[in-house]
Amino acid sequence: MTAEEGVVGGEGAPHVAFEGVSKSYDGTTLVVKDFNLEVAKGEFVTLLGPSGSGKTTILMMLAGFQSPTTGRIRIEGESVEDLPPRTRGIGMVFQNYALFPHMTVGQNLAFPLEVRGMSGEERHERVVRALKLVRLEGMDDRRPGQLSGGQQQRVAIARALVFEPSLVLMDEPLGALDRSLREEMQYEIRRIHRELAVTIVYVTHDQQEAMVMSDRIAVLKDGVVEQIAPPEVLYEEPERAFVARFIGENNRLHGRVVSVDGALCDVDAGREHIRALRVVDCEPGDRVTLSIRPERVSVNPEPGTFGNQVGATVRDLAFLGDHLRVHMEACGRKDFIAKIPNIVGHGGILVGDTVRVGWTVTDCRVLDYETKSDRKEEDDETT
Amino acid sequence: MVLVVPLLLFIGVTFLAPLGMMLLRSVHDPVVADALPETLGILGEWDGEGLPPEAAYEAIARELTRAREERTVGQVAGRVNRVESGMRSLFTRTARGLQDVTEGPWRDVMVGLDEAWGQPAVWNAVRATGQRFTARHYLNAVDMQRLPDGSVTRQPEERRIYMSLMWRTLWVSGAITLLCLVLGYPIAHLIAHSPPRRANLLLLLVLVPFWTSLLVRTTAWIVLLQTQGVLNDILVAIGLVGDDGRLTMIYNMTGTIVAMTHVLLPFMVLPLYSVMRAIPPRYMDAAASLGATPAQAFRRVYWPQTLPGVGAGSLLVFILAIGYYITPALVGGSSGQLISNMVAYHMQTSLNWGLAGALGGIMLAGVFVLYVLYDRLVGIERLSLS
Repeated sequence: MTAEEGVVGGEGAPHVAFEGVSKSYDGTTLVVKDFNLEVAKGEFVTLLGPSGSGKTTILMMLAGFQSPTTGRIRIEGESVEDLPPRTRGIGMVFQNYALFPHMTVGQNLAFPLEVRGMSGEERHERVVRALKLVRLEGMDDRRPGQLSGGQQQRVAIARALVFEPSLVLMDEPLGALDRSLREEMQYEIRRIHRELAVTIVYVTHDQQEAMVMSDRIAVLKDGVVEQIAPPEVLYEEPERAFVARFIGENNRLHGRVVSVDGALCDVDAGREHIRALRVVDCEPGDRVTLSIRPERVSVNPEPGTFGNQVGATVRDLAFLGDHLRVHMEACGRKDFIAKIPNIVGHGGILVGDTVRVGWTVTDCRVLDYETKSDRKEEDDETT
Repeated sequence: MVLVVPLLLFIGVTFLAPLGMMLLRSVHDPVVADALPETLGILGEWDGEGLPPEAAYEAIARELTRAREERTVGQVAGRVNRVESGMRSLFTRTARGLQDVTEGPWRDVMVGLDEAWGQPAVWNAVRATGQRFTARHYLNAVDMQRLPDGSVTRQPEERRIYMSLMWRTLWVSGAITLLCLVLGYPIAHLIAHSPPRRANLLLLLVLVPFWTSLLVRTTAWIVLLQTQGVLNDILVAIGLVGDDGRLTMIYNMTGTIVAMTHVLLPFMVLPLYSVMRAIPPRYMDAAASLGATPAQAFRRVYWPQTLPGVGAGSLLVFILAIGYYITPALVGGSSGQLISNMVAYHMQTSLNWGLAGALGGIMLAGVFVLYVLYDRLVGIERLSLS
């Protein structure tokens, strides 16, 4: 746990609090294990993880469609286990939207107001305001079936907001949209979040989506939280090998700790001696993972510039406009990657060249050892 | 396309053609017109008041004699008898009497054979049945009649049967449809939202009656419901009714409604099930998250989406119930008979096929009206049969 994981905002009780929440459907396997999270008022928190990581289950427990097997969920300090979904006052955007197909857009939006017994005039006013918020003015009379995917998405968001809940949950809301529309909607959701200052708990498996919108991201794996932190911290300072692998791109080297020296330690990886930041507690002899961002790797640097320098063979090159991507064999891995920004120039590197690569000691993080099954996608390892 | 031809032929020969013939028969009756052409020609000039001229007597005497030789006089007599009772015996007797007579004056001869020939009513009956195309059967089917002066009035009280029978058929069918809906909706919902294995089992239970012979099912109801039946025995055993107060639950309208509801229930459940299965449970979750109580969510979100199934099931059950014949015939007694039992009676017993055709035609038109109504209200393309 680092300082970033503490209470954000800091004023009074958190809006949402999970306290040791576990969930099992069959009584033996836990799909969520001891989940703890505090969400401040107005915060945008994303639960990020691959399928089966338990993120949707957590959201459904908060919405009230599932109940925790053990643990407690609080909304504004109140325990909500006994409250049915309709009394929790939470706006929810479902996967595939769940817009009522037999109602017009206007009727869909008016529905939550109607069941709250709001008068027709106020209802109309709120519906118009909500449609304006998602930029769908004048669409009241359409049916969901007549709208494009992006428009349906906006209606679903408007419906979750129209009764002015202070907490909104979104379950992979952009999953059904194509890429460009998805990016557009990410900024839309961020704008709406800023305008309304509502608390949003968002679920996705798309790390880029999470990075764009979130104040903090909780990375989940097999029902367990790997790390909870703001996007830039997750990227710069991953604390678990899974986070290093899941967020952005990372070179991951596997080796054994040789010696420990305070905050640093020396690791033997693929017969190279590497000095790295000791993020996890480790002793000499422990197996560990080292992570280095490709953009922090320099090819053929001036001697003595970096704390780590190793030899490498260039296997492939790709020019990607803003950067050159160099695939190398280094430190016992065949897929060691360096990204050279276009402004630096690449000094005539060719496939087959033997080069030197270097990086700063603190850019290289010692993380927990990935088991074979953790990294089964990488079969081409040479150690 | 070509492969459909055998089916179309089959439907044409076994369904459309008989249907058309029955409908034609309900308005077209050439028996009297073919047998008595000359008589009818002369009667066409007759004003209906008093007695027709001597020529008419001469013609009918000749034509009745010929009809007797061709053995069609019975048919002719039967037709006229439907308009004016007592005509059957008058015609056969007169035809028999005429064989010994060779010359007129024919009026005296015939009145001599039977005084009825001296009354205008007989001649009016002959003229009325002599029309090839007639609305008589349809008028009859709605308890109306045409008087000799051509005006249309209701049948006398004691002869009005079909209208009340049709209303009874309509309300019984409506009641059965409603019962099927009330009983079928929850079970369809349960099946549609059960895990596949349980859904299959439940669906099987709904369908088993489908695969059982209609007679077996109906007999089972007789065993259960009759006065000395299982249900009454139980009621007596637990003391709910006395031994002399056993309930009459069969051979009356109750029996008809119970047995028909059972028979028709699958026709309601299947379309409901197929519509409900297509409704994702997420909609109800969404409604709950938006603040709706379960009742509100059902009324505003679930029920409207099942309407195509409700419409399809109701239409199917109602139409089948209107035309149901075998069950009311077996367990309906005298008070549980429906219009189709009357159609069957006219087909098999009274041999008044024209009237049977007219009753069938009216039911067909009724069903067609329902269909159009449904199309207007719900849209026939939303009709969803499993």
